[in-house]
Amino acid sequence: MNKTNLVIIGNGMVGHRFVEELIDKQVSNQFNITIFCEEPRVAYDRVHLSSYFNDHNAQALSLVSDGLYQTNQINLLLNERAIGINRQAKEVYAQSGQVIPYDKLVIATGSYPWVPPIKGADGKNCFVYRTIEDLDAISACAKYSRRGAVVGGGLLGLEAAGAVKNLGMETHVVEFAPVLMAEQLDALGGEQLRRKIEAMGVGVHTNKNTLEITDAANGKVMQFADGSSLEIDFIVFSTGIRPQDKLARECQLEIAPRGGIVINDYCQTSDANIYAIGECAAWQGRVFGLVAPGYKMAQVAIAHLLGEALTFDGADMSAKLKLMGVDVGSIGDAKGKTANCRSYIYLDENIPVYKKLVVSPDHQRLLGAVLVGDTADYSNLLQMMLNQMPLPEHPDTLILPAHAGVKPALGVDALPDSAQICSCFDVTKARIVQAIQAGCHTVAAIKAETKAGTGCGGCLPLVTQILNMELTKQGIEVSHALCEHFKYSRQELYHLIRVEGLTSFNEIIHKHGQGYGCEICKPTIGSLLASCWNNYILEPALTPLQDSNDIFLGNIQKNGTYSVIPRSAGGEITPDGLIAIGQIAKKYQLYSKITGSQRIGLFGAQKDDLPAIWQALIDAGFESGYAYAKALRMAKTCVGSTWCRFGVGDSVGFGVELEHRYKGIRAPHKFKLGVSGCTRECAEAQGKDIGVIATENGWNLYVCGNGGMKPRHADLLAADLDKETLIRYLDRFIMFYIRTADKLQRTSVWLESLDGGINYLRSVIIDDKLGINDELEKEMARIRKLVVCEWKEAVEHSENQQRFAHFINSPQRDDNVKFVPERQQHRPATAKERKIILGE
Amino acid sequence: MEQWITICRLDDILPQTGVCALVNQDHVAIFRPYNSNELYAISNIDPFAQASVLSRGIIAEHDNELWVASPLKKQRFRLRDGYCLEDAHYSVAHYDVKVNEAGLVQVKLP
Repeated sequence: MNKTNLVIIGNGMVGHRFVEELIDKQVSNQFNITIFCEEPRVAYDRVHLSSYFNDHNAQALSLVSDGLYQTNQINLLLNERAIGINRQAKEVYAQSGQVIPYDKLVIATGSYPWVPPIKGADGKNCFVYRTIEDLDAISACAKYSRRGAVVGGGLLGLEAAGAVKNLGMETHVVEFAPVLMAEQLDALGGEQLRRKIEAMGVGVHTNKNTLEITDAANGKVMQFADGSSLEIDFIVFSTGIRPQDKLARECQLEIAPRGGIVINDYCQTSDANIYAIGECAAWQGRVFGLVAPGYKMAQVAIAHLLGEALTFDGADMSAKLKLMGVDVGSIGDAKGKTANCRSYIYLDENIPVYKKLVVSPDHQRLLGAVLVGDTADYSNLLQMMLNQMPLPEHPDTLILPAHAGVKPALGVDALPDSAQICSCFDVTKARIVQAIQAGCHTVAAIKAETKAGTGCGGCLPLVTQILNMELTKQGIEVSHALCEHFKYSRQELYHLIRVEGLTSFNEIIHKHGQGYGCEICKPTIGSLLASCWNNYILEPALTPLQDSNDIFLGNIQKNGTYSVIPRSAGGEITPDGLIAIGQIAKKYQLYSKITGSQRIGLFGAQKDDLPAIWQALIDAGFESGYAYAKALRMAKTCVGSTWCRFGVGDSVGFGVELEHRYKGIRAPHKFKLGVSGCTRECAEAQGKDIGVIATENGWNLYVCGNGGMKPRHADLLAADLDKETLIRYLDRFIMFYIRTADKLQRTSVWLESLDGGINYLRSVIIDDKLGINDELEKEMARIRKLVVCEWKEAVEHSENQQRFAHFINSPQRDDNVKFVPERQQHRPATAKERKIILGE
Repeated sequence: MEQWITICRLDDILPQTGVCALVNQDHVAIFRPYNSNELYAISNIDPFAQASVLSRGIIAEHDNELWVASPLKKQRFRLRDGYCLEDAHYSVAHYDVKVNEAGLVQVKLP
């Protein structure tokens, strides 16, 4: 079969979504796919572009998973611009001279920032806000500037202003219209937004028509039509976008009167073999400047390519955003343009919060809404508007604050199956219900299965409601019971143990459980008791609760021997320490290697040798590395600014400090720390539960990463912290994890399970939303005082050492342990080799 | 004739834990689930890994029976007869065990 030549011009968010959708539908192999990407990197998340200023990590913004294009045999022309289309010959001309033939062509060239024709607007230190290169240029300019102005008080303009402010600049927003976000907000809403932004120290200048920009002795001067002026050092223009339709114009495709390539309901242009999707396309004369409609167009174009029935019939332009820390939402007919419509308004100027509902003349349907300062009602209101659901008797109750009484629930049950719950990935209610029925019984599972909630996350409250409703319908009780002996979750047991001061398993199972206990509840309670009281885990009453690893203070290996891993905080180890470890390993015939945690691991220790090995290590100045425990493993560090030419922070010093601070504290699962001295990130801190990366201005703190079974990039919790603040945040973070995670739940999975994810975590750790931070810090201080080196305790309590013998009735060693030589060391014999050795 | 081998004192076994004993050439795991003289004995060899480790597992109750979960991969073996819950083919030998009048733990030779 001859494959169709499919060429896609543009590798922005929509262009990439198109390709991803082809791959997801497993139809990409029907096409020879070529992608033109004129930027030096593949598609990245422009919606979250500003986060680039926090970490300068372009990779984190990338939308293309490693090797995705290669594995699917997609021809990516990176850094290559398409300069012409020959519709007769069906060819695309590349700037490099290549000619790419097509059967079907998709134009996804997006838009370009429009800069008004102001005299001087093309001068030095004038920028736009669109690509990573733009951000790099703004960043570089900010280094020798003090004042920045953003021209344009719309959605993107305020986003840019937030970024300029975060760069430490005196920031001004200059807007032609009388209100901010004139596209989305009414006058009163815009006014509240303005007050919030001004309260942050940002200058807001509305009704300003910029006539000219001139260079002054030290900086620039913006001259306004009203005679006033503003002195600044650099300017960012964010005055709207224009569809990038140049290629289409040049090959005579039909263009809409106000720009944009004309498309029909199937996203075809005036040439049936050419599709246009995203911000370069105009449907019914209209260009859609949001990403969700672009994604929908990508879906529609593919459906048409494959002969499936799907049409583009416009898109809802509602939006929920956080601009400079202010929550803003705009739904449907926000400005009340519908004839005879009625409004309900709630305003609290003290916070300020502003909410407005626009309803139909008969008070039956919601037409639109404006939310400033509080967008908690957004998802519910959006669903009501989109699905034309009947309004409650008193519609104003929908936007009144909590103290006014319980809000009428939307009742997800009332939503039609076709209701779009997740607009980022176009996931309907029916799809979510189907996933739940197929066994996805957690929000995390639904996210993984349907992608719902993995974009902006705004729909997660609704997803949770649907999940709870479906599970109730199916008669499934959401059980967090630990096991058959306890009907409480780990989190609930933690509270019971703390509040009631319980210190033994027998006491706990007697009061709160039933039966004898098992291999699940015993170690969980053992770990909880350690987290709460940190009594020596080998006290007679505690010993039976521990896994073998905790009883013998080493990781059990497949042949019943143990590993020995002393702490080398931050990966630092002295020459004398190395010699001592070498001598001990030699004496006890231990296999030696560097572990994945930047430490030296000695393997193959028989348990009767463990006390002597550890005595020797302690004598040489080492302590237990707790490698056997559900606790902090290590702080992996790069060499940092003390040695490295590029380092900007002392990552080793800080790593050592943090490792000693948090060592020996038992947690729901093991956790790892990484500290990098600069953004090159040699310590791979973003793959750790806690990642710390030095910046020019301090330290960035990342949390909940994982490199193991399910890799996850850590999320930025806070940027540019000083050490003291970072440590305070970490005290709270670790304690909150210990308190609330499920058994054996790593931080990455824990975060996914928190409603509201990283934003919620931020509100707890930084804004003290739950009012528990004092308590968390005190708790951490208390538990830290109780930490001892468990091996020091073990070798000092000689009465405990009998249990290290292999046999209780014989001094013989375990004759079952057999080794074979390998690469100048040895390893456990395989089953086959053992038979030969034993002569069986 | 029945032959019982004396292993250790009952007090040498911490309640709710197990120990490993050498009985002729066999590695035998002896468990003391309660603070009493109730004892169980099964082979100490984990049949999945051929490692002498079962006495180091956690004693667990499931379906009103007592089991030990292997410290290696958590397969469970019934204390009274060595039956493996996960795969009956991997069940292990069990031994008779008792505490005599002098408070000594004894295992019967098979």
